[in-house]
Amino acid sequence: MARNPHIIQLPRWAIPENQVTDERLFLNRRKFLTQSTLVATAAYLPMLASAKVGDLADRLSGATKTVSHNEKLTRFEDVSGYNNFYELGTDKGDPAANAEALRTDPWSISVEGECQNPGKLTFEDLIAGQTMEERIYKLRCVEAWSMIIPWSGFPLASLLKKFQPTSDAKYVSFETLYDKSRPLPGQRRNVIDWPYREGLRMDEAMHPLTFVAVGLYGKPIPNQNGAPLRLVVPWKYGFKSIKSIVKIKFTRDQPQTSWNMLAPQEYGFYSNVNPEVDHPRWSQKRERRIGELFRVRTEMLNGYAPEVAELYKGMDLQKYF
Amino acid sequence: MPFTSWRFATFFLLLSPCVWLVYGFFSNNLGANPVETLTHQTGKWAFICLLLSLAITPARQLTGVKKLMLLRRMVGLYAFFYATLHFLVYWVFDQSLSVAYLWEDISDRPYITLGFLGWLFLLPLAITSTQNWRKRLGKRWLTLHKLAYAVGLLALFHYIWLIRADYREVVPYALALCALLGYRLFRWLKTPQRAA
Repeated sequence: MARNPHIIQLPRWAIPENQVTDERLFLNRRKFLTQSTLVATAAYLPMLASAKVGDLADRLSGATKTVSHNEKLTRFEDVSGYNNFYELGTDKGDPAANAEALRTDPWSISVEGECQNPGKLTFEDLIAGQTMEERIYKLRCVEAWSMIIPWSGFPLASLLKKFQPTSDAKYVSFETLYDKSRPLPGQRRNVIDWPYREGLRMDEAMHPLTFVAVGLYGKPIPNQNGAPLRLVVPWKYGFKSIKSIVKIKFTRDQPQTSWNMLAPQEYGFYSNVNPEVDHPRWSQKRERRIGELFRVRTEMLNGYAPEVAELYKGMDLQKYF
Repeated sequence: MPFTSWRFATFFLLLSPCVWLVYGFFSNNLGANPVETLTHQTGKWAFICLLLSLAITPARQLTGVKKLMLLRRMVGLYAFFYATLHFLVYWVFDQSLSVAYLWEDISDRPYITLGFLGWLFLLPLAITSTQNWRKRLGKRWLTLHKLAYAVGLLALFHYIWLIRADYREVVPYALALCALLGYRLFRWLKTPQRAA
């Protein structure tokens, strides 16, 4: 059957939320959000001082809702209380406990490398003019647990285009903050080689699913989840989604990435979720949704294969893992 | 305090982590990933009980309090108890009680292999912990129960191998095990009849 040219074919993940979420769940979520206001207010108290963040909160609450998974959302307390963010400590409770050590106001991001518009810009400049969306994505940690998280933000592509990358830009790399004179609690020890680094191939970075999150559950993103802005690449393991970005660089060559530098035989540059390629310590065939006791099967590319498998056509994914 | 009271105190003290975990599990108080908490805590207490059981002989030799030996069996059995819980939590929740999944993990992942071997080594020690078995085995009982040293090393490497990047947490266990095994090595080297 031929497609009707007058109907805009929305991508599979861009379905309005109310079409796929059971109304009862949807209302429960609203109820939960109301009930968690107290907790959330306490978490954001330092931020409330800034009027600009007030603007962001307004913009986030008006974000267009798009969704990728019809699954029960992971509780806000779990999303914000169970984190790997080694800058704030290696225990999963450390990031929330040490969240205040991360100062996100003022925040600036430097853009370098193979682009026509390099420079330094503030967080406010960076988000100005971006249309906010809410996207429910599945986050899969390499430790074989996963969460269903409502992020707010905008596609990375719409940010990167502003800097006009040249044809020499084959990759884009990211860095998290590291101030040697004022290290964060977890940075006082060389658990990894600071600053934390990540990178993507340009076509992965420009893919419509690749997202910059500035919000979580409709509110500005808590520090422990990578405030004020983080990357979300839903078909890759969680560590690929770098938190608290301070630097973006367009490069000709494949950039170095933190976990790959630490243990290249365990963490590849691509880090695609792949049930066929096990980590030496964690079988990747199955995963545990946070909030559930038993494991579920892991899907190829975290369930996003229909959208992104094309990017890896002809590549040996056992070799480029 | 009479010695039976010490035994009671030890019994309830070593049972308390288990009570706390069971209560935490049913009252939903074990954090975002309760299965992970159960696995880590039962593993930790198995290791602690094992180290404690290995500490009793040196403690007796150094203090001369012979009655300490009456605690050794109980502490050793607690090590087996927590190791068994540790294994069951992993088998039930991580491997869905499937023998195929379990075998695949044991054969594919060296740290799982070591952990499983450690539990297997504890099994004959637990079975032969009774007075009856002790009498029946005579001198061989002591030789058999030296397996506890191997279990200590297996547990240590099982732990080290699963750490992602931060090795700080394993240091106290490594130091304790080195001290306990080092003490035995030192005494063994000093024993004159060894040369004969």
